[in-house]
Amino acid sequence: MTPHGHVAISCIDLRKQFVLRHTRSLKEALVWLVKGRKGDLSKKFLALDNVSLEVKQGETVALMGLNGSGKSTLLKLISGVLQPDGGTVRTRGRVAGLIEVGAGFHHDLSGRDNVYLNGAILGMTEKQIDEKFDSIVEFSEIGEFIDTEVKFYSSGMYLRLAFSIAVHTDPEVFLIDEILAVGDEPFQRKCIAKIKELSEMGKTLFVVSHDLDLVATVCERGVLLEHGKVVMDGEVHGVVAELRRRSAHAESGDSL
Amino acid sequence: MAGQSDQLVKPGSGRGLLDVYGDRFLLKLLVRKEIKVRYRGSVLGLLWSYVKPLVQFLIYFVALGVFLNLQRGTPNYAIYLFAGIVLVNFFTECLSNATRSIVDNRDLIRKIYLPRELFPVATVWVSAAHFLPQLLVLVGACLVVGWTPTVFQLAAAVLIFLMVAVLATGLGLIFGAANVYFRDSENIVDMIVMVVTWASPVLYVWTMVENVMGSWFWVYQLNPMTVAVEVFHWAFWEPTLKPEQVIDTIPPGLLTLWLPIAMLISLALLFLGQLTFRRLAVHFAQEL
Repeated sequence: MTPHGHVAISCIDLRKQFVLRHTRSLKEALVWLVKGRKGDLSKKFLALDNVSLEVKQGETVALMGLNGSGKSTLLKLISGVLQPDGGTVRTRGRVAGLIEVGAGFHHDLSGRDNVYLNGAILGMTEKQIDEKFDSIVEFSEIGEFIDTEVKFYSSGMYLRLAFSIAVHTDPEVFLIDEILAVGDEPFQRKCIAKIKELSEMGKTLFVVSHDLDLVATVCERGVLLEHGKVVMDGEVHGVVAELRRRSAHAESGDSL
Repeated sequence: MAGQSDQLVKPGSGRGLLDVYGDRFLLKLLVRKEIKVRYRGSVLGLLWSYVKPLVQFLIYFVALGVFLNLQRGTPNYAIYLFAGIVLVNFFTECLSNATRSIVDNRDLIRKIYLPRELFPVATVWVSAAHFLPQLLVLVGACLVVGWTPTVFQLAAAVLIFLMVAVLATGLGLIFGAANVYFRDSENIVDMIVMVVTWASPVLYVWTMVENVMGSWFWVYQLNPMTVAVEVFHWAFWEPTLKPEQVIDTIPPGLLTLWLPIAMLISLALLFLGQLTFRRLAVHFAQEL
């Protein structure tokens, strides 16, 4: 129950530009150099344009926007996977992403080995994993299959285990990207309950999702991105309504 | 951890190889994963690490030692050969796997921030795990023919092992990072691997090179792997010889001049590798 006090995430004038590279061979690059750098080897694309944002500790923020508005890019900048081309991003405390669950899984290892490997990848120490191991297995409902290689898991089991590890990593700031649609409905409810529990414990949540009803129940604040710019920042229901209005508008615009 | 949590920090800016040391637990798991995965579903498992070099050794020994009759000129040619082969194997395995390590782990690198140096460093540890059984085979063979090394020779062998690991890490960082941008890097490394086996006195003896190169012999000695192989010969092969056979076993100044130079080159390459890697690593996630 931390009162909203210190800044947990601070983004100032963030700019991120992607280079859509056409070539990946040394030969083409050499030819390009020899020809006096004529023409462009690449096309550029501005994914984030002067985004400034401040998230206080304990806040629950939903990042919304249509596809290609820069949501995932912003999340990757905050987690440190990408580096900004302009502006600064700073975070306080350990940040862990429930991004693309299961990225660190290896198919030929058992569930148990994967719990340790993925836990360590997400920044847990050996002791922390030892302590939480039973709780992780219990939450995932994997049971006796924990010593089976994960390639034999059903996709639901796979995601449940990965999600379970991620929520047990216990960072100060959680980045959640589009993974609330994990497993069947009972498990989904369990995940949402777990996320709400985390926010009640005073964790900072930063959620990206297209499920507007869901983010409206989990988060208090909404931030709307459009073409890499923050177009609205406020109470979540207002932002959801604005996004619905805009997408309805976009649809009617398309049909004209 | 406590100090970290009360101030704002820039995410994704690490301290390079120092972070790898801080993440020893993850490094250990990555190494263990690689070893487990490599021999998954195989009956002999880690035994393959003994079988493959033994077969390679036997082929060379029969073809070169017996058919070409090189063992007439070089006593205990089998030991001579094997000492060089295991070291070169270690180096080439490190280098080729480290080069591929970043691209192979792209799924992880694109999604989660980790000190990226972990991946090349982990491959070096995995290669060391495969080097160990080969070394045991070598020591076993040495003992059979009567090996009496001095403490200095043993210490030199350990030092060379560390030096080769440093050298391979440095080059692995450079080529691993470059491979993200240009996949040609893998082919360049394949070529280096091919050349290294022949650019060091593994199959022949150094005096043959000196006869040809004359006053340019120092160029040959600048290659750290050449020095490494020669020191390995001094540590493993020379102590198995009879006193009257010890003539020109190592080049003059090997330990006093060339070994320090090779160590300096290796450290410089590690430094350069870390520098290159850090510069290129910033954009790994978007280039992969």
